[in-house]
Amino acid sequence: MSTTAPTALGAPRAPGAARPAQKKRRPGRTLLRSAPLLPAVVLLGVFLLGPVISSLYGSLTDSSLSGASAANAEFIGLQNYADLFADPDFPKSVLLTLVFLVASALIGQNCLGLGLAVLMQSSHKAVRAIVGTIVVTAWVLPEIVASFAAYAFFNDGGTLNSMLTGLGIPGVNWLYVFPMLCVILANIWRGTAFSMLVYTAALNDVPPEITEAAEMDGARGWQRFILVTVPMIRRSISTNLMLTTLQTLSVFALIFVMTGGGPGTDSTTLPLLAYQEAFRFGELGFGTAIATILLLVGAVFGVLYIRALKPEVD
Amino acid sequence: MAKTTAADRALAGPPQTTRSITTADRKAERSMAAPRGRAMKWFASIVLIVIGVIFLLPLVWLVLASLDQSASLSVKWPEAPSFDNFIAVLTPETSLIPLTNSFILSAGCAIVTVLAAILAAYPLSRYSMRINKPFLYGVLFGTCLPITAMMVPVYALFVAFNLIDNIGGTILFLAATSLPMAIWMMKNFMDSVPISLEEAAWTDGASAMRTLSAIVVPLMRPGIAVVFIFVFIQTWGNFFIPFVLLLSPEKLPAAVSIFSFFGQYGSVAYGQLAAFSLLYSVPVLALYVLVSRLGGGSFALAGAVKG
Repeated sequence: MSTTAPTALGAPRAPGAARPAQKKRRPGRTLLRSAPLLPAVVLLGVFLLGPVISSLYGSLTDSSLSGASAANAEFIGLQNYADLFADPDFPKSVLLTLVFLVASALIGQNCLGLGLAVLMQSSHKAVRAIVGTIVVTAWVLPEIVASFAAYAFFNDGGTLNSMLTGLGIPGVNWLYVFPMLCVILANIWRGTAFSMLVYTAALNDVPPEITEAAEMDGARGWQRFILVTVPMIRRSISTNLMLTTLQTLSVFALIFVMTGGGPGTDSTTLPLLAYQEAFRFGELGFGTAIATILLLVGAVFGVLYIRALKPEVD
Repeated sequence: MAKTTAADRALAGPPQTTRSITTADRKAERSMAAPRGRAMKWFASIVLIVIGVIFLLPLVWLVLASLDQSASLSVKWPEAPSFDNFIAVLTPETSLIPLTNSFILSAGCAIVTVLAAILAAYPLSRYSMRINKPFLYGVLFGTCLPITAMMVPVYALFVAFNLIDNIGGTILFLAATSLPMAIWMMKNFMDSVPISLEEAAWTDGASAMRTLSAIVVPLMRPGIAVVFIFVFIQTWGNFFIPFVLLLSPEKLPAAVSIFSFFGQYGSVAYGQLAAFSLLYSVPVLALYVLVSRLGGGSFALAGAVKG
């Protein structure tokens, strides 16, 4: 991949740069040449950049869905943010979001995905194909369907409890007693395929000579993996960590269907809190402030991601 | 979008390398540590089977419950397997209209996205202009925006423009969210189309747009199909955006109407819920298989994950 980018970007220089007449008509020609960008620029500007900017501004107003402030919202400065940090639900939600991110994305999906990719390298071919298909299916399913399947699995009368009863272990109402555990496991179930596929591709790019050389030098299985393989796929690991974090940050339907953020606010992560504040309680400014914070977090990860991919653009 | 592309590369991209490396491994293991290699193989297979079974359980429920008239939330073999649940949900109000709406939204979004992406990719791929780099960085940045987090301000914006419950507006927004990844993929596909043919056309006096439509687009048809299907799959599965932006029941796509079905009858008709869910999932699964066959692989991933 890294080889296609520079050549492909470098080659097209030729037709334009080779023409002698370029001095005279330069600005007009550039404008003409970039004209096809216009539809994309308009769409991105109106529907992506627009909401981001209005989010920044909206979080500084007291706009709401109904009442006096719905018609003409007033500028109230950082009041929404002050309220947000004073509200006990917000720090709790931040904490739950962090737990959700770390446990389901950084640890769960990444480690399980890497583990699956490694195991698949040395397993029977048929097993690899079948298990791979199952894991990928959970991930290709539309999110709402996957959410129902996970809901049915953890429900009081669901598969998990009937299996436990079969083993003679009394089950509990998982979704009420351990709501975070349920949504974390469900998100691992749903999202691991992504990491698995990324790591499978990365491991395939590790030249076998290197691991063989390490084996000759007496490195045992685990040493070989930690000291040779992991450093060789570290770029994939860091990119994958970022992408799974970003995907998990915007998980909504899964939690919404499984627990609705409850019981109480015990599984209300930030996207659910923003939704509830804005649409259930009509506090648009409040919800927008949460959205803005999430966007900023996303932006930080976005910048890190771009830095990692810089050679691809240049 | 990112996730779909990565998968595709991993699935469709390098199967050849997989094969060659594993055979090399196997040879090495046979010569030096044959018994340990075989034990490792069994160990790996057994662990994988256990994980596979765990991953399968929630999916099995969907299938078995859809065939069971008296389905509960637990996996159990249907006493009298039948397609009655499917027949029950295959009415216009329950599933046919929502599925049609899903199709309109997904196809509309995919068409708009692909057209805008082809147009944008052409100058980005063919000319070296000063705006290329900032534009590509911006696009890459756009792929990172947590769209879920944006829905509150987007809702406010749609209220201001009076676009709430407007299918056209929803399609345009969906297109904008999938556009960054689509531009990125499309540019990579276009980069792999050799420029020499176009140079001939330019010499003959063809305009850039004519060259694009007569030479470049036909040459990258498989790539365009991959982007189209990716965007289609992604939009088909999207729940939150139509859930927030559309209101009237007759405009809702299947993702949202399944959710309201669950709210109304969910606690009684699990079998029908599962049947509806399967009907709604089948097109996506089929398209996914198709796209991994098409082998958009190696290019597609360049936009998503760099190995």
